[in-house]
Amino acid sequence: MSTLAELMPLYNYWITIFLMISGLYIVVARGNMVKKLVGLSLFQTSVYLLYLSPGKILGGTPPILAKGFEIYSAPLPHVLILTAIVVGIATLALGLALTVRINEAFGSIEEDELFKPEITHD
Amino acid sequence: MIESHLPALLVVVPLLAAVFTALIRQGLASYLVAFIACWSLPVMSIALLGQELNQGTISYALGDWAPPIGIEYRIDSVNAPFLVLVSFMAALVATYARSSVTSEIESSRQGWFYTVYLLCVGGLLGVLITGDAFNAFVFLEISSLATYVLIALGKDRRALLAAYQYLILGTIGATLYVVGVGLIFAMTGSLNMVDINAHLAGIETLRPVLAALAFITVGISLKLALFPLHVWLPNAYAFAPSVATAFLASTATKVAVYLLLRYFFTVFGADLVFEQQPITPILLVFSVAAMFIASIVAVFQADIKRMLAYSSVAQIGYITLGIAIATQTGLAGALVHLLNHALIKGTLFLAVGCIVLQTGAFKVKNLAGIGRTMPLTMAAFVVAGLGLIGVPGTVGFVSKWFLITAALEQGWWWLALMIVTSSLIAVVYVGRIVEIAWFREPSKEVSAGGRLPIEMLGVTWVMAAATIYFGLDAEFTAGLASRAAETLLAGIK
Repeated sequence: MSTLAELMPLYNYWITIFLMISGLYIVVARGNMVKKLVGLSLFQTSVYLLYLSPGKILGGTPPILAKGFEIYSAPLPHVLILTAIVVGIATLALGLALTVRINEAFGSIEEDELFKPEITHD
Repeated sequence: MIESHLPALLVVVPLLAAVFTALIRQGLASYLVAFIACWSLPVMSIALLGQELNQGTISYALGDWAPPIGIEYRIDSVNAPFLVLVSFMAALVATYARSSVTSEIESSRQGWFYTVYLLCVGGLLGVLITGDAFNAFVFLEISSLATYVLIALGKDRRALLAAYQYLILGTIGATLYVVGVGLIFAMTGSLNMVDINAHLAGIETLRPVLAALAFITVGISLKLALFPLHVWLPNAYAFAPSVATAFLASTATKVAVYLLLRYFFTVFGADLVFEQQPITPILLVFSVAAMFIASIVAVFQADIKRMLAYSSVAQIGYITLGIAIATQTGLAGALVHLLNHALIKGTLFLAVGCIVLQTGAFKVKNLAGIGRTMPLTMAAFVVAGLGLIGVPGTVGFVSKWFLITAALEQGWWWLALMIVTSSLIAVVYVGRIVEIAWFREPSKEVSAGGRLPIEMLGVTWVMAAATIYFGLDAEFTAGLASRAAETLLAGIK
């Protein structure tokens, strides 16, 4: 057992929660559109850990059938998270593409400047 | 042979057609592919509804992997009518799209419009048809990502901001949803919705399950624009191309409501959600707030698309109100209002699309006298507007009748009173447009313009006629909604 596990049982869940909250905080608190997307990505990534943690069995092998190994980790969470990673990448790519277009159209990616009344109400 | 694979084809056809249009990337050819693909969908969904009515629930094992291990496509009395609704809307809007897209989107991007449109249709149908919690997430994201692009294609540069804002909120919603699914999966080891429900019965520690319920409820509420979580919707609907707005307003939020119903009744079970948890008062508060606040905000909008968007938020309030009551009549009311509101809002936004094509005007003050220069379009608008208010003889009356009956059955006369009062606010914002459009001298802006393409007017009127037909003969829609409500309340047998 690592010392971290002794200090804090189920520490991986605490890390998940920490990542999740900090990601969400960045999305809410930052006005820069790229930074917001970084926060969003962090928020999504924390979910990967949430899925993978319960699937791991201490002392288990990767989920490949082989002689002499009886205990292996659950394969399904890994497959699900591969799909979720693809979704996350697609979202981030689209978000960044939109940011580029916004920069071209408005000359800024700061929300303070973009949500001025003269832009939102013509 | 092919009948047995209809559930898979219904999703595969639009997704494959999207690939073709992406390869063609040329306005007219892409349009033809999209047109043909979209019209094959109602044929398939009606065949599925017929099969479901005759033989009961259809279970389709995707790739022949037997559920609950494999992904199951499951068509029962709840989602079969939704499939018909979404596929018909997809086909009608595709028919309408050509001229409007040509005028509103620059030619190099027109081919891409049809690609993302087909992806969006495929994603929405996938959410409806799947019986797998994680598969629903993937389809939800396919449709959402396509929706962000559809919105960003709008002519106004603020469409980009609307799309970005929706992307952030939509992704937060989807991620909360997937957190909920992860918690359920950790507790039950299953992703099949029916199978999860069977496993939940044997669980001793309920806390993770309740956390999952909270995550999923909030996540889906963001997607369906439940009142305080609706901020993305008005801008998105106002700046998206007219065709995209008409399609999204009549399908996207409805599909999210369907997913919420699935979770409340099929996955978690009505007993856990409504008996043991205070979901009813929570939903009631937000629904009533939506009905009043969003309607009042709609009255003061200067932009007709934004006015209709706020009205959508209010109408979603009526739908969630029916869900909150959670009785047979309440649910039937919610479901029938889902179908009816899709027809009404579809008609209204299609009529607005005609106006924008003809005159380029979407400010309410520029619409003076438009009823005299475009009488047929505005007549369709008025018919659907009456439906929004809930005048007898239109579909809106049928759904309000169900909802008021459901409230009175519970002895909540104050709620029935609120439904009637908030409908009166709709009289104000619809009446304002009618007054400006019909009782003022035509302004210079609206007198310009040539003939409206026949297919645009035709589709608008087909929809307007449907709002009257299903208002006079409610047997069919109300019958389907009542069956669906029975299935939901009975749980899965």
